[in-house]
Amino acid sequence: MESALASDSPDSLQKTPLYDLHVALGARMVPFAGYAMPVQYPAGLMAEHKHTREGAGLFDISHMGQLRLVGPDAAAAFETLMPVDVIGLAPGKQRYGLLLADDGGILDDLMFFNEGHDSLFVIVNGACKAADIAHIQARIGSRCEVQPLPDHALLALQGPQAAAVMARLSPGSERFVFMTGGAMRIGDIPVFATRSGYTGEDGFEISVAADQAEALARLLLAQPEVKPIGLGARNSLRLEAGLCLYGADIDTSTTPVEASLNWAMQKVRRTGGERAGGFPGADKVLAQLAVAADLAGHVDQQLLTRRRVGLVALERIPVRDGTPLQSFEGQAIGQVTSGLLGPTADRPIAMAYVATAFAEPGTRLQAIVRGKPVPMEVCPLPFVPTRYYRG
Amino acid sequence: MTLKYTKDHEWVRADGAVATVGITVHAQDALGDVVFVDLPEVGKSFASGEVAGVVESVKAAADVYMPVSGEITEVNEALRADPSLANSDPLASGWFFKVKLSNAAELDALMDATSYEKFSEQA
Repeated sequence: MESALASDSPDSLQKTPLYDLHVALGARMVPFAGYAMPVQYPAGLMAEHKHTREGAGLFDISHMGQLRLVGPDAAAAFETLMPVDVIGLAPGKQRYGLLLADDGGILDDLMFFNEGHDSLFVIVNGACKAADIAHIQARIGSRCEVQPLPDHALLALQGPQAAAVMARLSPGSERFVFMTGGAMRIGDIPVFATRSGYTGEDGFEISVAADQAEALARLLLAQPEVKPIGLGARNSLRLEAGLCLYGADIDTSTTPVEASLNWAMQKVRRTGGERAGGFPGADKVLAQLAVAADLAGHVDQQLLTRRRVGLVALERIPVRDGTPLQSFEGQAIGQVTSGLLGPTADRPIAMAYVATAFAEPGTRLQAIVRGKPVPMEVCPLPFVPTRYYRG
Repeated sequence: MTLKYTKDHEWVRADGAVATVGITVHAQDALGDVVFVDLPEVGKSFASGEVAGVVESVKAAADVYMPVSGEITEVNEALRADPSLANSDPLASGWFFKVKLSNAAELDALMDATSYEKFSEQA
């Protein structure tokens, strides 16, 4: 049972501004993205997951990278790094983005927000942030100012009661709908918050000065609806919501089309669009998009050989990342990239890459778990209906 | 009916020629909420140290090793149906399987409660 019981917490790990609070709350701390992070609190992963689906959960996600891109050319410059409409994003709105490598592989996924006044606020993954900032600086540092914000913490308040908590502590915050946000005060603490998250629930992500982070966390935790939630539940919540984990479900070896992230690429950047192409890997990504659009007909196996899908196991056996997938004839057709028994879905769920011929919902295949076949079925994502507040 | 422990965080309770095996309080605490167990086939024989089963929480999976050599005589069907018994009652109703000992002397090599407590504090 070595893997589950291994407890290494080298002193080299960085600490978020909430480290002492996590320890005081009884969290089990684990290394994640170079930081000592709470994987769970005494309530445990299952209870924390369910609380986030019913009440409001508070997450410390300060390991993530926060930065600003500033200047009149910032949006146009940032657009050259992603297959995404950056120029067309209105002030006060947030959008999902993908930094691409020159071969179309995904360097990172991120959220960006138009602050107005020629300023974009960007949130990237913790494990990628140093490389992302170097990449952005190298590619567009001459066209805009790249300002990392290492002195800021990031909290997420997620769940069906998050909005009521926010309305109490920050009157007016209820005016924001999913993927919008702005500067506000929570109590008397100035923050920048967006109505978004990584759980499939309504909620807010809140950027705050590091020296005010603990006061903010304590204020939120003092509300009767709110409990602290660890990274363990964050992972099971995001998987049920069908959201990718960078480094597991997407990485430099996967393109946005293979990753079934076509929805993140707006028409204006696609073939025939006003600003089509002009991002790293555009030739490959646009060709794959054309194939994906034609999936009902003949699939060009050369251009698009695999796609990310959702899977449910037809037996109650968890199917974890790394599990090989086969057709019922025993042909190797792919691999699971994330998988667990979904606490709300109440059945084993997974995301996987499969050969395009097996990517249609309803297709059955088998996972080989400890040498034994477990039947699975391709199903649409998310596994649990999302409850974003769209007004 | 003394309880013995392994470095893989299983417990063994020998009763004559048959021993009952489960996972320790420390093991279930480290794993978190157990959601799945894979139990060995009755009648199958294992050498000490072989993987005889699997226990999984939402966040992790861990092998259950055979603490002593022998043949599986019974598995806990109640645990298969309700894996949370491994958390709520790990030393009693959350047992995993029973094994007919092929070499009772192997029990002597396992840790007693005091040694195991020290061992799991250091782990």
